[in-house]
Amino acid sequence: MDAIIIETLIKIVVVVLIFSALGGFGTYFERKILAFLQRRWGPNIVGPFGLLQIIADGIKLFTKEDIIPINAERGIFIFSTLIIAVAAFTAFVAIPIYPQFTVFGYTVRPIVIDVNVGLLFVMGVMAVGMYSPLLAGMSSGNKWSLLGAARAVVALLSFEVITGLSILAPLMLVGSLSLIDINAYQMGGIDNWMVWQQPIAFVLFLIAGFAETNRKPFDLSEQDAEIIGGYHTEYSGMKYGLMMIGEYANMFVVAFLVSIIFLGGYGEAGSIVNGEAVGAWGGIWLILKVAFFFILFVWVRAAWPHIRPDQLMWLAWKVLMPLAVVNIVITGIVMMA
Amino acid sequence: MEHLQVAHPYFGAFAMMVFTLVAFFVTITLARYVSLKLAARNTEKLKLSIYECGPEVTKQPNKISAQFYLFGLLFILFDVEIIFMFPWAIDFKLLGWFGFAEMLLFILLLAIGFIYAWKKGALEWHSIK
Amino acid sequence: MAEALLLHAHKIDHTTRATFAPQHLIEVLTYLKKTLHFDQLLDVTAIDEKPMKMVYILRSHDFIDSYILTTSLDETHTIDSATSLFESAHWLERETYDQYGVHFVGHPNLTRILNHEGFVGHPLRKDYPIAQGQMCHETLDLLPQLQARLESKGILTRQSDGTYSSGSRDIMYLNLGPSHPASHGTIRTFVALEGETIVGAVNEIGYLHRGFEKSCENHTYNQIIPYTDRLNYCSSLANNVAFAKTIEEMLGVTLPDRGIFIRVMLIELSRIIDHLVCLGANLVDLGALTNYWYLFNPRETAYDFLTKLTGARLTNSYMRVGGMAHDLFVGWEEEMKRVLADVEQGMGDTLKLIEHNRIFHDRTQNVGILTPQRVRDFAISGPNARASGVPYDMRKTAPYYYYESFDFDTVLGSVGDVYDRMMVRFEEIRQSIRIIRQIMARIPSGAVSIDDHRIVLPPKPSVYDSIEGTINHFKLIIDGVRVSAQSHYSAIEAVNGELGFFVVSNGSGTPAKVKVKAPSFTAMSAYASMIEGGQIADAIATLGSINIIAGEMDR
Repeated sequence: MDAIIIETLIKIVVVVLIFSALGGFGTYFERKILAFLQRRWGPNIVGPFGLLQIIADGIKLFTKEDIIPINAERGIFIFSTLIIAVAAFTAFVAIPIYPQFTVFGYTVRPIVIDVNVGLLFVMGVMAVGMYSPLLAGMSSGNKWSLLGAARAVVALLSFEVITGLSILAPLMLVGSLSLIDINAYQMGGIDNWMVWQQPIAFVLFLIAGFAETNRKPFDLSEQDAEIIGGYHTEYSGMKYGLMMIGEYANMFVVAFLVSIIFLGGYGEAGSIVNGEAVGAWGGIWLILKVAFFFILFVWVRAAWPHIRPDQLMWLAWKVLMPLAVVNIVITGIVMMA
Repeated sequence: MEHLQVAHPYFGAFAMMVFTLVAFFVTITLARYVSLKLAARNTEKLKLSIYECGPEVTKQPNKISAQFYLFGLLFILFDVEIIFMFPWAIDFKLLGWFGFAEMLLFILLLAIGFIYAWKKGALEWHSIK
Repeated sequence: MAEALLLHAHKIDHTTRATFAPQHLIEVLTYLKKTLHFDQLLDVTAIDEKPMKMVYILRSHDFIDSYILTTSLDETHTIDSATSLFESAHWLERETYDQYGVHFVGHPNLTRILNHEGFVGHPLRKDYPIAQGQMCHETLDLLPQLQARLESKGILTRQSDGTYSSGSRDIMYLNLGPSHPASHGTIRTFVALEGETIVGAVNEIGYLHRGFEKSCENHTYNQIIPYTDRLNYCSSLANNVAFAKTIEEMLGVTLPDRGIFIRVMLIELSRIIDHLVCLGANLVDLGALTNYWYLFNPRETAYDFLTKLTGARLTNSYMRVGGMAHDLFVGWEEEMKRVLADVEQGMGDTLKLIEHNRIFHDRTQNVGILTPQRVRDFAISGPNARASGVPYDMRKTAPYYYYESFDFDTVLGSVGDVYDRMMVRFEEIRQSIRIIRQIMARIPSGAVSIDDHRIVLPPKPSVYDSIEGTINHFKLIIDGVRVSAQSHYSAIEAVNGELGFFVVSNGSGTPAKVKVKAPSFTAMSAYASMIEGGQIADAIATLGSINIIAGEMDR
């Protein structure tokens, strides 16, 4: 077999392992940070600092009674849980999750596929994840699930448009859809970060990111005080767990995208200038940036109430979309002038 | 990071999809099997019926307002247009003033449709007339 | 002319009592409403004597005067319905039908309300044995009721074969509760949805009905006090006081000043606790989860205080007829100061999070509006009424327990939406803190209970050492406090509004009848009309903001 194939397969396994584990740790950190903000302890019983809570939760999910309601479309009911997780992990393949580094004389490029439409690929594959709430809600045979599915789909569709439009202006500047090129465009220190050139696009993309990952204040589809569990009302055990893993993976995808497109990514790390490797800390910085956005997700969850579906539509279509279009036109005029 | 030219750049994506699909499917199946062996089972009809806050459910086909489908159409319209704008944005510098003017015209047409949809109330949460 | 139909009218303080012939009900009520401006029907109930009596309690437009009407029914137990005059009569008459079997001619939907549809008999009749239980487990089908409501709104049309058609509109029927995270597990709202907009709604209550009023008829007055804890379980001390105060007024006794001050202080502390619960839960329903802990942590401090004082956390049972169990503990001032400081801190933190939050404003403003007219029609009281700008605060309109001497403000809203109801509660917490601080400065020393051992238990040493003490103790425990035969209505401004007890005594140690005028009951009857036209999310926010406590609603 080709060396490149083996390398690719190893990378895939590593990516899946890292981000599955991060999904678990993500729940732990989210609960701990949330607890800190809410003046309570969070998980602190199972293991030191409650760390083994993740394993306890895993065991619980794994051994829970498997319930499929009698009215449900069994096949779709099970299959729909896979879509979100598969889509979220597949989206990772086009993201450089760490700068290039050398180990034992072998140069590792921590990106699974280096395609020239990387960003479009990531966004497209992430959007496929939308089928998960839709199919889950429709196959459950439950009215609450149906309402949750409708909410989820409308929210995701609305903000899909915002994501697309907001990203256009940075792309006009960079002239490439590859995340590696977008990262390269911002090399040379904080001044060159995209966020200074495209602040409106940054804010729009971040807001859309919250909506696409179903986070507060746009967590309409699983607002339990209103529509019980939303589309996963009838799900339990590992089927529910998979949906959560998918959502956490999505959160990381968005955090990576924002960090790389707007906050300089990993900077110059991995590139060779005058025969010397520069930007040694770039990888660490990228991880810190991603962690910051993860904490931001949790922070917003702790701070704000959530909005109503009609307000979400209003925000997406009547405020953010015109703003994004104006941003594109202004960017165009400035670039041409 | 430099770009690397390979013969089949999308192989990794396909492999990832197959790998995660298999891995997660095995996880679910395993969990189903484990829970069958371990968890207490209750096959009472009332328990396996759908959850609607307790009372017996009104017999009625689950309906979702047709307006959702209209909204879906609207989305496809706008999203396709945005996809169309991606290649333009990438080659923006190449296309120059001509390309920019063409895109302005395109956005204008899009805006007309947008305003029409707005006036029709299609952008509201279920109040499409 | 209608005035002549009112017989034996006599006025004591602010309460007028009169009787009338049952066939003149509508004329009498119209006269009272239109001419004398008694525009709120607080309560309707029956007394199972021979013959069966009906009682109507009305409140005047300025909230100062009450009117208690009594009439005797004939053997058919039939009387006209007051629903054409008062909206609140809808549910109150259903309850009377349910509990006593009185038939109201002209009531649009005379069905059971607290008991199950399949229940046989009328539990509050004297011939219904207290221990006779009935198993009812069928779900009540609310569809016909909802379809009738939708038909009256012109959404459904009746076909020739008796079924309904919605034309081109997609109507989805959905049960919102009882087993729903926001409906306390006790409220069922059956809604017709179009998309996510609620076009019609009907309610079913009674999931927490446990026969409080029937139990009262089988217990001595002091034994009833622990039951009153379970009415509004978020502020049980206020219920204790409301009941004890009613019985004391019937006995014609007044508490020593220290006792009164302690009672006022504990009512206001209960008000703080209850408002914290209501606000915390309402904010959780809006998705603002963090505020729950900001508001519930000070509530825990307050409960620590109450635990130290009464020995119980939630259901305190601290009051007795004629006083209270014992005096305050040593060092209570320091603990109370800490409670108040904690409450101010938690409230301040919450307000910082939501006061200027656009999402919070958008979610709550102009949602679930209750107009001042509807407040009066449904006889809604308390913060819900005040949020609509109706100045209905018994502490100001009919002061009791020296409330006129405390410096505090009645908090009024302007719109009557969810936002106003929440903000009124925030401000009322501040006012209650003010009152408690004044009490801490002014509280006199002395006894907390009256010194009459026909009413209050003698001190333990006297029970062990003297014959008189032993006999007093024995008589009070076995027979209870004897209250001469009369009927009396008394109310206090409890946390959710006017909490009144209509008690009929017969000279023995147990009451012949106890009827609770529960503020949540009337508020709930307005709920269905408040949520129609809104969305599911609005319905949830509205339900949280009117603070339904199923314990007092279902009794």
